[in-house]
Amino acid sequence: MTQETEKPLLSVRGLALDIPLASGMLHAVRGIDFDLHRGETLCIVGESGSGKSLTSLAIMGLLDKNIRRSAERMDFNGIELTKASNRQMRTLRGDRIAMIFQEPMTSLNPAYTIGDQLIEALRLHRKVSHQVARARAIELLEKVGITAAESRLSQYPHQLSGGLRQRVVIAMALMCEPELIIADEPTTALDVTIQAQILSLLVELTREMNVAMILITHDLGVVARVADKVGVMYAGELVETGPASDVFGQPMHPYTRGLLRCIPQPGKTERGKPLGTIPGIVPSLVGEVSGCAFRTRCLHATDTCREAIPERGEAPHEFLCIYPDGALNAEGELA
Amino acid sequence: MLPFILKRLGLALLVAFTVSFISFSLLFLSGDPASALAGETASGEDVEAIRVLYGFDRPMLVQYGEWLFQAVQGNFGESYYFKLPVSTLIADRLTVTMTLGLCGITFALLTAVPLGVAAAVRPNSIVDRVALFISVAGQAMPSFWFALILIVVFAIQLGWLPPSGASTWRHFVMPTIVLGYYAMPAIMRLTRAGMLEVLNSDYIRTARAKGAGEGRVMFKHALRNAIIPVVSLAAVQMGFMLGGSIVVESVFALHGAGYLAWESIARNDLPTVQALILIFSMFYIIFTFLADVLNAWLDPRMRSS
Ligand SMILES: Nc1ncnc2c1ncn2[C@@H]1O[C@H](COP(=O)(O)OP(=O)(O)OP(=O)(O)O)[C@@H](O)[C@H]1O
Ligand SMILES: [Mg+2]
Repeated sequence: MTQETEKPLLSVRGLALDIPLASGMLHAVRGIDFDLHRGETLCIVGESGSGKSLTSLAIMGLLDKNIRRSAERMDFNGIELTKASNRQMRTLRGDRIAMIFQEPMTSLNPAYTIGDQLIEALRLHRKVSHQVARARAIELLEKVGITAAESRLSQYPHQLSGGLRQRVVIAMALMCEPELIIADEPTTALDVTIQAQILSLLVELTREMNVAMILITHDLGVVARVADKVGVMYAGELVETGPASDVFGQPMHPYTRGLLRCIPQPGKTERGKPLGTIPGIVPSLVGEVSGCAFRTRCLHATDTCREAIPERGEAPHEFLCIYPDGALNAEGELA
Repeated sequence: MLPFILKRLGLALLVAFTVSFISFSLLFLSGDPASALAGETASGEDVEAIRVLYGFDRPMLVQYGEWLFQAVQGNFGESYYFKLPVSTLIADRLTVTMTLGLCGITFALLTAVPLGVAAAVRPNSIVDRVALFISVAGQAMPSFWFALILIVVFAIQLGWLPPSGASTWRHFVMPTIVLGYYAMPAIMRLTRAGMLEVLNSDYIRTARAKGAGEGRVMFKHALRNAIIPVVSLAAVQMGFMLGGSIVVESVFALHGAGYLAWESIARNDLPTVQALILIFSMFYIIFTFLADVLNAWLDPRMRSS
């Protein structure tokens, strides 16, 4: 689909986010790199607190004021996001980069109708009449599978169910035909039965409209289904990135392998056998952090793991671990 | 929206009836109105004559009906003290009080809301601290004392404003400030707290993610949601200002309805007290009703409840 030689839509290098806390500096995100091409879906997985949401907010320029952002490069289609002014960021947000948040119940303004909010999304960026924007809103509501779209425009968020609201939010994100959508756990807050529907819808639409997507999720099953690329985040780092087939087919980082062992696989997982979990806890990222952050939970850790970990593997499949060559053979059944 | 308004209107009427009955009964709660009217030295026959003359001998419900029928036409009987129709007595005074109350609440809202918003936008900044200082001072300072300071400075020393009376708009400047400043701290703090909460909500982040500018985020998306409790508070304070501005009215010799109520209670002038209580309560009911309607317009979720 996409050629790696093509210039990426979004190219991030060395993104770091520091948060001053009373107990010291929290290094919440510690130098992450990734490229995303047009129309591609990058899934970011990783446990709670690993910095996934912060990374997406950093791209949007929506971090809280107390969070310090630094990056070698954050290039969006030739625009250097680290140097963009507030005004420039505002013209990008919602127009060329849209975001979908986790909580459909609270992410729409209770005081305005669905129509008002959809129309606003378009008219903030395009000089179009109310009628034109309204027509576009109806078109998109239909596209996200909402029936009687026209009459929905005059409804308020509290009159819709969670699933419907998230459909509205998706429609809102698509109003300006963005080039990139960042969806931060867009289905986590929904009923399990609706999760799959909403997700397929999102994936279908981004494919159809050739929109690149960063999809943050906890659900590896989803990743396996929709990702072109996978980024595995652990303690503020992308410990492994690569094409989905590579990461799933040949996971290189012990943490990735641990994660994959956590999901039941038809045929592979024996009935009655407990699912794998990764024992241990995530280390504190307050103060100096050195070496591999996963070493306290890693079965293969050695003294060398206390030192700085070089990036390994060949682009596009890269990982942060010194050990995997040996480990891979040792755990042949996972490889 | 219309069903909501009608429902609230019905409720308001119900409350109004209850209140009117209570204020009517006041006349009887304080003892036999006929003997109060006749005076302590009157003979039993005189009291009976007065009882018949004023109709106190009829059944209570009949009297209430008659009284209410008259009251809705603006006829509240005759003041025991002034021997004048209560309505004439009240009319001027009420204009003064209403003017003062409206000016006071407007002044309070126009200063407190912007200050509260500014304080919430940058918590712990200089603006926030100044706002906090103003509000603490406003709450700590007794109204009469603040009024006297204003009189000394602006009326006596600088001579810019008249110290007392109610004949021109200039007479209302200082009373407005004193009354408004009294109401301001609560409004400001409620605005600030509301804005702080709303600014942290997901839909504000959504608005920013859409590319809305700060002004639009603050005023279109945040303030409308944050102002809802302030509307209810302002309605209560407005009602309070009508009946409770006695201190301000007496310091500035404004002789409004609040002051009249206070005098009439002291003089045992029951018809006047009764009429004033009824009128104050009606205003209270009206303000609450308006606040409910305004809030339902601001927040569609309230329309269904
Ligand atoms: N505004 C903030 N102030 C202080 N700490 C923060 C702030 N936002 C995030 N953090 C911390 O930064 C770390 C990363 O947070 P982030 O929200 O990015 O995690 P996440 O990977 O999205 O987790 P989840 O899967 O639970 O959503 C967490 O430890 C969190 O407590
Ligand atoms: Mg998150």
